[in-house]
Amino acid sequence: MKKIYDLIIIGAGPAGITAAVYAARKKMDILVITKDIGGQASWSGDIQNYTGYQFISGPELAIKFEEHMRKFDFEIQENEEVKEVTSRNERLFIKTDKDNYQTKTVIIASGKRSRELGVPGEQEFKNKGLTYCATCDGPLFAERDVAVIGGGNSALDAALQLIKIANRIYIINFTDNLTGDAIMQDKARADKKVSIFNNSRVKEILGDSFVQAIKIEEDKEEKTLDVQGIFVEIGLIPNSDLAVDLEKNERKEIVVNQRNETNIPGVFAAGDVTNVPEKQIIIAAGEGAKAVLSAFRYLSTKK
Amino acid sequence: MEKKIKVYGVPGCPFCKKTREFLKSKGLNFEDIDVAANHDLANEMVKKSGQMSVPVIEIDGKIVIGFDKGKIENLLGS
Repeated sequence: MKKIYDLIIIGAGPAGITAAVYAARKKMDILVITKDIGGQASWSGDIQNYTGYQFISGPELAIKFEEHMRKFDFEIQENEEVKEVTSRNERLFIKTDKDNYQTKTVIIASGKRSRELGVPGEQEFKNKGLTYCATCDGPLFAERDVAVIGGGNSALDAALQLIKIANRIYIINFTDNLTGDAIMQDKARADKKVSIFNNSRVKEILGDSFVQAIKIEEDKEEKTLDVQGIFVEIGLIPNSDLAVDLEKNERKEIVVNQRNETNIPGVFAAGDVTNVPEKQIIIAAGEGAKAVLSAFRYLSTKK
Repeated sequence: MEKKIKVYGVPGCPFCKKTREFLKSKGLNFEDIDVAANHDLANEMVKKSGQMSVPVIEIDGKIVIGFDKGKIENLLGS
Protein backbone atom coordinates (compact mmCIF):
# COMPACT_ATOMS: atom_id res chain seq x y z
CA MET A 1 0.00 0.00 0.00
CA LYS A 2 1.46 3.30 -1.04
CA LYS A 3 1.93 6.11 1.43
CA ILE A 4 -0.68 8.86 1.36
CA TYR A 5 0.65 12.35 1.96
CA ASP A 6 -1.32 15.22 3.49
CA LEU A 7 -0.02 17.53 0.81
CA ILE A 8 2.10 17.37 -2.30
CA ILE A 9 3.54 20.66 -3.56
CA ILE A 10 4.38 20.80 -7.25
CA GLY A 11 7.16 23.30 -7.93
CA ALA A 12 9.77 25.00 -5.77
CA GLY A 13 9.81 28.61 -6.83
CA PRO A 14 8.79 31.39 -4.43
CA ALA A 15 5.20 30.05 -4.16
CA GLY A 16 6.11 26.38 -3.71
CA ILE A 17 8.93 27.02 -1.24
CA THR A 18 6.83 29.37 0.89
CA ALA A 19 4.05 26.79 0.86
CA ALA A 20 6.51 24.11 1.98
CA VAL A 21 7.80 26.25 4.86
CA TYR A 22 4.26 26.96 6.07
CA ALA A 23 3.23 23.32 5.72
CA ALA A 24 6.32 22.08 7.56
CA ARG A 25 5.58 24.45 10.44
CA LYS A 26 2.04 23.06 10.55
CA LYS A 27 3.60 19.59 10.83
CA MET A 28 1.80 18.39 7.73
CA ASP A 29 3.14 15.27 6.05
CA ILE A 30 4.35 16.75 2.77
CA LEU A 31 6.34 16.05 -0.34
CA VAL A 32 7.75 18.62 -2.77
CA ILE A 33 8.18 17.52 -6.38
CA THR A 34 10.02 19.91 -8.63
CA LYS A 35 12.18 20.21 -11.70
CA ASP A 36 14.42 22.83 -10.14
CA ILE A 37 14.69 24.90 -6.99
CA GLY A 38 14.20 28.65 -7.12
CA GLY A 39 12.05 28.74 -10.24
CA GLN A 40 11.93 31.97 -12.17
CA ALA A 41 13.40 33.83 -9.18
CA SER A 42 16.73 32.20 -10.07
CA TRP A 43 16.58 33.96 -13.42
CA SER A 44 15.71 37.40 -12.10
CA GLY A 45 18.20 40.19 -12.22
CA ASP A 46 18.41 42.67 -9.37
CA ILE A 47 15.53 42.64 -6.91
CA GLN A 48 14.82 45.76 -4.90
CA ASN A 49 11.21 45.18 -3.90
CA TYR A 50 11.27 42.06 -1.74
CA THR A 51 10.63 43.32 1.77
CA GLY A 52 13.58 42.90 4.10
CA TYR A 53 16.11 43.08 1.28
CA GLN A 54 16.91 46.54 -0.03
CA PHE A 55 18.93 44.89 -2.76
CA ILE A 56 19.43 41.24 -3.64
CA SER A 57 20.05 39.37 -6.89
CA GLY A 58 17.60 36.71 -8.11
CA PRO A 59 19.98 33.77 -7.62
CA GLU A 60 20.88 34.97 -4.12
CA LEU A 61 17.25 35.28 -3.08
CA ALA A 62 16.57 31.83 -4.54
CA ILE A 63 19.43 30.41 -2.46
CA LYS A 64 17.99 32.07 0.68
CA PHE A 65 14.60 30.51 -0.10
CA GLU A 66 16.19 27.10 -0.54
CA GLU A 67 18.14 27.37 2.73
CA HIS A 68 14.93 28.26 4.55
CA MET A 69 13.11 25.28 3.04
CA ARG A 70 15.92 22.84 3.84
CA LYS A 71 15.87 23.84 7.51
CA PHE A 72 12.88 21.55 7.82
CA ASP A 73 12.87 17.81 7.53
CA PHE A 74 10.62 16.70 4.68
CA GLU A 75 10.98 14.93 1.37
CA ILE A 76 12.00 16.85 -1.74
CA GLN A 77 12.11 15.14 -5.13
CA GLU A 78 14.29 17.28 -7.39
CA ASN A 79 14.73 16.90 -11.17
CA GLU A 80 11.34 15.24 -11.29
CA GLU A 81 8.49 16.44 -13.46
CA VAL A 82 4.81 15.98 -12.69
CA LYS A 83 2.93 14.73 -15.73
CA GLU A 84 -0.61 14.30 -14.45
CA VAL A 85 -2.83 14.94 -11.46
CA THR A 86 -6.06 12.92 -11.23
CA SER A 87 -8.77 12.86 -8.61
CA ARG A 88 -10.75 9.78 -7.52
CA ASN A 89 -12.89 9.31 -4.40
CA GLU A 90 -11.36 12.31 -2.61
CA ARG A 91 -7.89 10.93 -3.23
CA LEU A 92 -5.38 12.59 -5.56
CA PHE A 93 -2.99 10.64 -7.75
CA ILE A 94 0.22 12.22 -9.03
CA LYS A 95 2.07 10.73 -11.94
CA THR A 96 5.61 11.98 -12.63
CA ASP A 97 8.31 11.07 -15.14
CA LYS A 98 9.78 8.79 -12.44
CA ASP A 99 7.12 7.57 -10.03
CA ASN A 100 3.52 7.67 -8.76
CA TYR A 101 2.27 9.24 -5.53
CA GLN A 102 -0.96 9.58 -3.57
CA THR A 103 -2.07 12.52 -1.50
CA LYS A 104 -5.07 14.17 0.13
CA THR A 105 -4.30 17.65 -1.19
CA VAL A 106 -2.11 19.24 -3.86
CA ILE A 107 -0.74 22.73 -4.38
CA ILE A 108 0.23 23.41 -7.97
CA ALA A 109 2.98 26.04 -7.95
CA SER A 110 4.69 25.08 -11.17
CA GLY A 111 5.17 28.61 -12.49
CA LYS A 112 5.79 29.62 -16.06
CA ARG A 113 8.32 28.78 -18.73
CA SER A 114 9.59 30.49 -21.88
CA ARG A 115 7.21 30.31 -24.79
CA GLU A 116 8.64 28.39 -27.72
CA LEU A 117 8.45 29.31 -31.39
CA GLY A 118 7.07 25.98 -32.54
CA VAL A 119 8.97 25.97 -35.83
CA PRO A 120 11.13 23.33 -37.51
CA GLY A 121 14.69 23.28 -36.16
CA GLU A 122 13.82 24.75 -32.77
CA GLN A 123 14.18 21.54 -30.75
CA GLU A 124 17.18 20.39 -32.75
CA PHE A 125 19.16 23.60 -32.22
CA LYS A 126 18.23 24.27 -28.59
CA ASN A 127 21.49 25.22 -26.84
CA LYS A 128 23.23 24.87 -30.20
CA GLY A 129 22.83 28.51 -31.03
CA LEU A 130 19.20 28.84 -30.02
CA THR A 131 18.59 30.00 -26.46
CA TYR A 132 15.93 31.47 -24.21
CA CYS A 133 18.37 33.25 -21.87
CA ALA A 134 20.32 36.20 -23.24
CA THR A 135 21.87 36.96 -19.85
CA CYS A 136 23.30 33.44 -19.66
CA ASP A 137 24.34 32.58 -23.16
CA GLY A 138 24.70 36.03 -24.78
CA PRO A 139 28.42 36.33 -24.04
CA LEU A 140 29.11 33.20 -26.13
CA PHE A 141 28.12 35.08 -29.28
CA ALA A 142 30.90 37.67 -29.34
CA GLU A 143 31.42 39.07 -32.86
CA ARG A 144 28.69 36.81 -34.25
CA ASP A 145 25.49 37.74 -36.05
CA VAL A 146 22.37 37.01 -34.04
CA ALA A 147 18.59 37.25 -34.24
CA VAL A 148 16.34 38.24 -31.34
CA ILE A 149 12.77 37.03 -31.67
CA GLY A 150 10.12 39.26 -30.11
CA GLY A 151 9.33 42.95 -29.75
CA GLY A 152 8.50 43.42 -26.07
CA ASN A 153 10.63 44.43 -23.11
CA SER A 154 12.45 41.14 -22.72
CA ALA A 155 13.32 41.04 -26.43
CA LEU A 156 14.58 44.62 -26.39
CA ASP A 157 16.49 43.96 -23.18
CA ALA A 158 18.18 41.00 -24.88
CA ALA A 159 18.93 43.06 -28.00
CA LEU A 160 20.46 45.88 -25.95
CA GLN A 161 22.62 43.42 -24.01
CA LEU A 162 23.75 41.89 -27.31
CA ILE A 163 24.75 45.25 -28.82
CA LYS A 164 27.76 45.16 -26.50
CA ILE A 165 28.70 41.64 -27.58
CA ALA A 166 27.53 40.62 -31.04
CA ASN A 167 28.35 41.88 -34.53
CA ARG A 168 24.87 42.33 -36.04
CA ILE A 169 21.51 42.04 -34.32
CA TYR A 170 18.30 41.33 -36.21
CA ILE A 171 15.09 41.89 -34.25
CA ILE A 172 12.31 39.71 -35.66
CA ASN A 173 9.00 41.13 -34.48
CA PHE A 174 5.60 39.65 -35.21
CA THR A 175 3.52 42.86 -34.86
CA ASP A 176 3.71 46.03 -36.94
CA ASN A 177 5.71 47.87 -34.31
CA LEU A 178 7.89 47.12 -31.30
CA THR A 179 5.91 47.02 -28.06
CA GLY A 180 8.64 47.40 -25.42
CA ASP A 181 9.33 50.61 -23.48
CA ALA A 182 9.91 53.66 -25.70
CA ILE A 183 13.32 54.35 -24.17
CA MET A 184 14.53 50.85 -25.12
CA GLN A 185 12.99 51.11 -28.61
CA ASP A 186 14.88 54.37 -29.19
CA LYS A 187 18.16 52.82 -28.09
CA ALA A 188 17.69 49.80 -30.35
CA ARG A 189 16.71 51.93 -33.38
CA ALA A 190 19.62 54.31 -32.86
CA ASP A 191 22.23 51.57 -32.99
CA LYS A 192 23.81 50.83 -36.36
CA LYS A 193 24.28 47.16 -35.46
CA VAL A 194 20.53 46.64 -35.14
CA SER A 195 18.06 45.89 -37.96
CA ILE A 196 14.37 45.57 -37.14
CA PHE A 197 12.00 43.34 -39.12
CA ASN A 198 8.38 44.10 -38.24
CA ASN A 199 5.36 42.06 -39.37
CA SER A 200 7.75 39.14 -39.50
CA ARG A 201 7.43 35.59 -38.38
CA VAL A 202 10.02 32.87 -38.01
CA LYS A 203 9.56 29.97 -40.44
CA GLU A 204 12.52 27.72 -39.76
CA ILE A 205 15.90 27.44 -38.04
CA LEU A 206 18.67 26.13 -40.29
CA GLY A 207 22.13 24.73 -39.61
CA ASP A 208 24.24 21.58 -39.30
CA SER A 209 25.55 20.88 -35.81
CA PHE A 210 24.97 24.53 -34.82
CA VAL A 211 22.65 27.29 -36.01
CA GLN A 212 23.69 28.85 -39.32
CA ALA A 213 20.63 30.76 -40.48
CA ILE A 214 17.05 31.69 -39.80
CA LYS A 215 14.27 31.73 -42.36
CA ILE A 216 11.68 34.45 -41.81
CA GLU A 217 8.65 35.78 -43.62
CA GLU A 218 8.43 39.56 -43.70
CA ASP A 219 5.15 40.85 -45.13
CA LYS A 220 4.66 37.53 -46.93
CA GLU A 221 8.16 37.68 -48.41
CA GLU A 222 10.55 34.92 -47.37
CA LYS A 223 14.08 35.84 -46.33
CA THR A 224 17.00 33.87 -44.98
CA LEU A 225 19.35 35.63 -42.61
CA ASP A 226 22.76 34.16 -41.78
CA VAL A 227 23.02 34.05 -38.00
CA GLN A 228 24.91 31.94 -35.48
CA GLY A 229 22.71 32.81 -32.53
CA ILE A 230 18.95 33.00 -31.98
CA PHE A 231 17.46 34.47 -28.80
CA VAL A 232 13.79 33.63 -28.30
CA GLU A 233 12.04 36.26 -26.16
CA ILE A 234 8.35 35.87 -26.92
CA GLY A 235 6.98 35.72 -23.41
CA LEU A 236 6.05 33.05 -20.92
CA ILE A 237 3.41 30.33 -20.69
CA PRO A 238 2.08 28.66 -17.56
CA ASN A 239 3.09 25.08 -16.73
CA SER A 240 -0.56 24.18 -16.32
CA ASP A 241 -0.98 21.07 -18.46
CA LEU A 242 -1.29 18.82 -15.43
CA ALA A 243 -4.94 17.87 -15.29
CA VAL A 244 -7.40 17.85 -18.15
CA ASP A 245 -10.38 18.84 -16.03
CA LEU A 246 -8.61 21.76 -14.33
CA GLU A 247 -10.29 25.07 -15.15
CA LYS A 248 -8.01 27.55 -16.94
CA ASN A 249 -8.46 31.01 -18.42
CA GLU A 250 -7.70 32.11 -22.00
CA ARG A 251 -4.02 32.52 -21.09
CA LYS A 252 -3.95 28.89 -19.87
CA GLU A 253 -3.50 30.07 -16.27
CA ILE A 254 -5.18 27.92 -13.61
CA VAL A 255 -8.26 29.69 -12.28
CA VAL A 256 -8.23 30.03 -8.48
CA ASN A 257 -10.48 31.89 -6.07
CA GLN A 258 -9.32 34.07 -3.17
CA ARG A 259 -8.60 30.94 -1.14
CA ASN A 260 -6.43 29.47 -3.92
CA GLU A 261 -8.98 26.73 -4.55
CA THR A 262 -9.26 25.36 -8.09
CA ASN A 263 -12.41 23.72 -9.47
CA ILE A 264 -11.15 20.31 -8.26
CA PRO A 265 -11.67 19.64 -4.51
CA GLY A 266 -8.34 19.24 -2.72
CA VAL A 267 -6.39 20.82 -5.57
CA PHE A 268 -5.03 24.29 -4.84
CA ALA A 269 -2.75 26.46 -6.95
CA ALA A 270 -0.47 29.42 -6.26
CA GLY A 271 1.85 31.88 -7.95
CA ASP A 272 2.55 32.58 -11.62
CA VAL A 273 0.80 29.44 -12.88
CA THR A 274 -2.53 30.91 -11.69
CA ASN A 275 -4.74 33.79 -12.76
CA VAL A 276 -3.54 35.88 -9.79
CA PRO A 277 -3.24 39.48 -10.96
CA GLU A 278 0.42 40.58 -11.07
CA LYS A 279 3.31 38.16 -11.30
CA GLN A 280 5.80 39.19 -8.65
CA ILE A 281 8.10 37.18 -6.35
CA ILE A 282 6.54 38.62 -3.23
CA ILE A 283 3.02 37.98 -4.51
CA ALA A 284 3.83 34.39 -5.47
CA ALA A 285 5.31 33.81 -2.00
CA GLY A 286 2.19 35.22 -0.33
CA GLU A 287 -0.06 33.10 -2.52
CA GLY A 288 1.92 29.99 -1.54
CA ALA A 289 1.26 30.76 2.12
CA LYS A 290 -2.45 31.32 1.47
CA ALA A 291 -2.74 28.07 -0.46
CA VAL A 292 -1.29 26.02 2.42
CA LEU A 293 -3.59 27.61 4.96
CA SER A 294 -6.54 26.76 2.71
CA ALA A 295 -5.32 23.18 2.22
CA PHE A 296 -4.87 22.85 5.98
CA ARG A 297 -8.42 24.09 6.58
CA TYR A 298 -9.75 21.72 3.89
CA LEU A 299 -8.00 18.75 5.55
CA SER A 300 -9.39 19.63 8.97
CA THR A 301 -12.94 19.49 7.60
CA LYS A 302 -12.28 15.97 6.27
CA LYS A 303 -11.17 14.45 9.57
CA MET B 1 42.53 12.08 -4.47
CA GLU B 2 41.04 15.48 -5.11
CA LYS B 3 39.09 15.70 -8.34
CA LYS B 4 39.92 18.29 -10.96
CA ILE B 5 36.89 20.56 -11.43
CA LYS B 6 36.36 23.33 -13.96
CA VAL B 7 33.30 25.57 -14.18
CA TYR B 8 32.82 27.33 -17.53
CA GLY B 9 30.41 30.22 -17.03
CA VAL B 10 29.72 33.92 -17.43
CA PRO B 11 29.43 36.51 -14.66
CA GLY B 12 25.69 37.31 -14.91
CA CYS B 13 24.30 33.82 -15.35
CA PRO B 14 22.15 32.55 -12.46
CA PHE B 15 22.93 28.86 -12.82
CA CYS B 16 26.67 29.51 -13.08
CA LYS B 17 26.38 31.27 -9.76
CA LYS B 18 24.35 28.40 -8.29
CA THR B 19 26.95 25.92 -9.50
CA ARG B 20 29.79 27.86 -7.88
CA GLU B 21 27.82 28.23 -4.61
CA PHE B 22 27.05 24.51 -4.64
CA LEU B 23 30.71 23.49 -5.08
CA LYS B 24 31.81 26.00 -2.44
CA SER B 25 29.23 24.63 0.01
CA LYS B 26 30.87 21.21 -0.42
CA GLY B 27 34.27 22.75 0.30
CA LEU B 28 35.58 21.87 -3.16
CA ASN B 29 38.22 23.76 -5.11
CA PHE B 30 37.50 24.47 -8.75
CA GLU B 31 38.80 26.49 -11.64
CA ASP B 32 36.35 29.30 -12.40
CA ILE B 33 36.47 30.03 -16.14
CA ASP B 34 34.81 33.18 -17.49
CA VAL B 35 34.04 32.39 -21.13
CA ALA B 36 32.73 35.91 -21.71
CA ALA B 37 36.22 37.27 -21.16
CA ASN B 38 38.10 34.73 -23.27
CA HIS B 39 36.99 33.55 -26.73
CA ASP B 40 39.47 30.69 -26.89
CA LEU B 41 38.12 29.23 -23.68
CA ALA B 42 34.57 29.76 -24.94
CA ASN B 43 35.44 27.75 -28.06
CA GLU B 44 37.09 25.09 -25.92
CA MET B 45 33.87 24.79 -23.91
CA VAL B 46 31.71 24.54 -27.04
CA LYS B 47 34.02 21.87 -28.46
CA LYS B 48 34.07 19.84 -25.25
CA SER B 49 30.33 20.00 -24.60
CA GLY B 50 29.06 20.08 -28.20
CA GLN B 51 26.65 22.88 -27.36
CA MET B 52 26.46 26.59 -26.56
CA SER B 53 24.95 27.16 -23.15
CA VAL B 54 26.48 27.82 -19.76
CA PRO B 55 27.36 26.58 -17.25
CA VAL B 56 29.42 23.60 -18.31
CA ILE B 57 31.06 21.66 -15.51
CA GLU B 58 34.05 19.42 -16.11
CA ILE B 59 34.91 16.88 -13.41
CA ASP B 60 38.01 14.79 -14.12
CA GLY B 61 37.42 15.17 -17.85
CA LYS B 62 33.71 14.31 -17.71
CA ILE B 63 31.24 16.95 -18.86
CA VAL B 64 27.99 18.08 -17.25
CA ILE B 65 25.83 20.58 -19.13
CA GLY B 66 23.86 22.96 -16.93
CA PHE B 67 23.52 22.91 -13.15
CA ASP B 68 22.44 19.28 -12.91
CA LYS B 69 22.93 18.62 -9.22
CA GLY B 70 22.31 14.87 -9.48
CA LYS B 71 24.89 14.35 -12.22
CA ILE B 72 27.44 16.54 -10.48
CA GLU B 73 27.01 14.64 -7.22
CA ASN B 74 27.36 11.34 -9.07
CA LEU B 75 30.62 12.39 -10.66
CA LEU B 76 31.95 13.78 -7.39
CA GLY B 77 31.02 10.64 -5.52
CA SER B 78 32.50 8.06 -7.85
